[in-house]
Amino acid sequence: MQILLPLLVGAMVAVSIYLMLCRDLIRFILGLVLASNAVNLLILAAGRAVVLPPPLIDAGQRVPGQVVANALPQALILTAIVIGFALLAFVFVLFYRAYQALGTVDTEAMRAAEAESLEGNGEGGP
Amino acid sequence: MAAHSAHRHADARAGWLPALLPLAIFLAAAARVPASAAGAQRVVVLDWVPSLGVSLNLNVDGLSLLFVLIVSFVGAVVFVFCGVYLGGHPHRLRFYALLSAFMLSMLALVLVDNLVALFVFWELTTLTSYLLIGFEHDQAAARANARQALLVTGAGGLVLLVGILLLGRMAGSTDVSALVARGQALRAHPLYLPALVCILVGALTKSAQFPFHFWLPNAMAAPTPISAFLHSATMVKAGIYLMARLHPVLGGTAAWMGTLVVVGAITALLGAFLAMGQKDLKRLLAYTTIMALGIMTMFLGGRTTPTLTAAMTFLMVHALYKSALFLVVGTIDHQTGSRHLPDLGGLGRAMPLTGLAAAAAALSMAGFPLFFGFVGKEIMYKGALTEDLFPDFATLAALVSNALMTAVAAILLLRVFAGRLRVPGDTPREAGAGMWLGPLMLGGLGIFFGVCPDWVGRHLIEPAVLAFHPQADQIHLKRFFGFNEALLLSVVTLVFGALAYAGRGALARLIGALEQRPPFSPERIYARLLEFTAVFAAHHTRIVQNGSLQRYLAVIFMAVVAGAGIPALRAGFNLPAIDPILETLALVEILLVALMSAALAVVVAARTRLLAVCGLGVVGAGSAMIFLWHGAPDVALTQLLVETLTVIIVALVLLRLPPLPRPLSSPGRRVLNAAVALAAGTLVAGLLLAVGGSELDRSVTAYYEAYSYTKAHGRNIVNVILVDFRSFDTLGEIVVVAVAGLAGLALICGGKPCNR
Repeated sequence: MQILLPLLVGAMVAVSIYLMLCRDLIRFILGLVLASNAVNLLILAAGRAVVLPPPLIDAGQRVPGQVVANALPQALILTAIVIGFALLAFVFVLFYRAYQALGTVDTEAMRAAEAESLEGNGEGGP
Repeated sequence: MAAHSAHRHADARAGWLPALLPLAIFLAAAARVPASAAGAQRVVVLDWVPSLGVSLNLNVDGLSLLFVLIVSFVGAVVFVFCGVYLGGHPHRLRFYALLSAFMLSMLALVLVDNLVALFVFWELTTLTSYLLIGFEHDQAAARANARQALLVTGAGGLVLLVGILLLGRMAGSTDVSALVARGQALRAHPLYLPALVCILVGALTKSAQFPFHFWLPNAMAAPTPISAFLHSATMVKAGIYLMARLHPVLGGTAAWMGTLVVVGAITALLGAFLAMGQKDLKRLLAYTTIMALGIMTMFLGGRTTPTLTAAMTFLMVHALYKSALFLVVGTIDHQTGSRHLPDLGGLGRAMPLTGLAAAAAALSMAGFPLFFGFVGKEIMYKGALTEDLFPDFATLAALVSNALMTAVAAILLLRVFAGRLRVPGDTPREAGAGMWLGPLMLGGLGIFFGVCPDWVGRHLIEPAVLAFHPQADQIHLKRFFGFNEALLLSVVTLVFGALAYAGRGALARLIGALEQRPPFSPERIYARLLEFTAVFAAHHTRIVQNGSLQRYLAVIFMAVVAGAGIPALRAGFNLPAIDPILETLALVEILLVALMSAALAVVVAARTRLLAVCGLGVVGAGSAMIFLWHGAPDVALTQLLVETLTVIIVALVLLRLPPLPRPLSSPGRRVLNAAVALAAGTLVAGLLLAVGGSELDRSVTAYYEAYSYTKAHGRNIVNVILVDFRSFDTLGEIVVVAVAGLAGLALICGGKPCNR
């Protein structure tokens, strides 16, 4: 998996960025969920995705009796999953409210704060 | 009505209380005068930022003491004056607070020994002066003029900082005392010229020297007592103070003398000339202040004892008469409602005490014998004649500007106070004691020092000159220096002044025409620059901050790719050997990754919301499988739970949003997006592969493995890390979840109480 996982993470990152760069909020949401997943896998890959038993200490022993999976990235991923979930939940509500208030999912048309007069509808592109 | 008048009366005396602060400072400073005259110097050591070599050491020598006395005395007078002038102004407390803040900054400026600390107080005086000029902030002109003063002097201050840092780099210290000790070496240093230019730009902007002089007349938008305090006696003299203070460090070279003499003379002539054409009494005084500052600058350009003595004497002469005249104009404005020269006349009979103060000040300004101004003028000519570089030029400049000054003094006295009474409204009455007392005291001091110049010379002027020009040949001020060239020049000045007064009408017309169409206008350059800045900012904003989320994200991602990718490419990816890894690949892994890749493709290509959500679900569940496969059952479990929840919520939200639209971006844009996305994905994959090829440091993991049971008594190492070793992190994480939940709830309820 040491070669496949990085490639998979790269693919997930590419897809999520592509979706986030789309002009509609719905695809942005999909991209954000994917980005969250991609980062979790990235942490796992950075901590070496090797097939090993879980990091547990058997009864009667004081330290793991054998080589176990790296516990540190796992702890980090657990935290990341929960924080990512909180972020997603908030963003979903935010987008839903934005749609309710502005009646569109096109981010270029969401101009309650800045008038269209500022020219450039985003198609000019950087 | 009676109660109202009593209230006004109480307000009129409100200035006496805040005046206690400057008065106390004045008395404390005055107590040091005898010691200072005997040559004593007092240093108070106060550390501020020792790591940067910045101290708040106070150095009380003759020069500082002279400034402290002027600032505190004029301050006390102005505070009392303001009590009457502001009356029941709704913001008078703010006014006193700002005025006190300014005064304390100014005092600190002239007392600190370290140049960085001096810069801090320098900028504080700029800031407080900005707020004071714009005190009547409901008037657009006051705001614009305050901004002009802030920008000009603030920009000068920044250049000054560069100069100070250059000096610090050259000398290894920014303490004036240390710089003075190394003066010789500093003047020979290759960086001398850049440092000199920077410091002079700071000093000349602050002291309103040509071509930066235009902000001072505009600063007359400030209430008149402010002009009396900041723009005649104190703040504009900060530049003069700095030039005097650094005279032993930077002064005496050809560059120093040439710049200051020429700039000072041009400024003096320009100020005196333009003053003749002014109709507004305050602007008229402002231009004479520019003239006075020019004269001081010109004399600080010299290096002989008479020139430097002339600068310090005139500094004091000017502080006394100019603040008195400003206050007199404030009184006239307050009592008659006008300060327009053609509207006024014969006020002397209606306001005798104010008239008396004005007479004392104006005669000192004109330089009549027995007034302090006469002493100042005598020593000025003495100095100009001994000027090193261009004695004739300096003498001529001093002569012409002094003659014009005499004419301006005559205009002030004869046109405004003598002759038939002429006011726009009712016959004015004499102002309250708070208003005439101060100007009268200042004018009286002008007479006292004119009669006994010896005392003031010995106690104030000589110690001040000695502080930055430690030579033995001190000039003792005299009431009368005898029949010599200087006296002849004084007489010529008075004659020319009378001629200029006689020809004032023609002069005023000429100046009026010139002001309509000036041949060279630094103020217009300033306006153009300001306009250009605004246009440039608008243009810039249109490009960089055009409100397009899509563009912001694209820029951010491209910056990340470039920022991380270019160094990584330079260093070269250290990819692991692929062959041995390929052999260990299990079929399960290949299938899992294939499945997830297919799901990714589905998410991108999906035309319906449901299909996209299904794709997301497969990717999430696949991630859980990967965690499980790599010995992370806890993570897999959590991932599965959260993924399920996420998919449910996404489905719920998406059902309330409209159907998945067809791609909104143009095809070209989509290609660009895809390129950015692919670059980012490739970079992440490459970096991750490179990470996999490097050595893994397991020391932290080893620590947790060793102590998870022995110290924390838990057998599940991941759990122990979360709830024990890193429990505060977990607490923070819970808080994040709670806050996100609350924020979401607030969003849904839209600010209304949620009882549904």
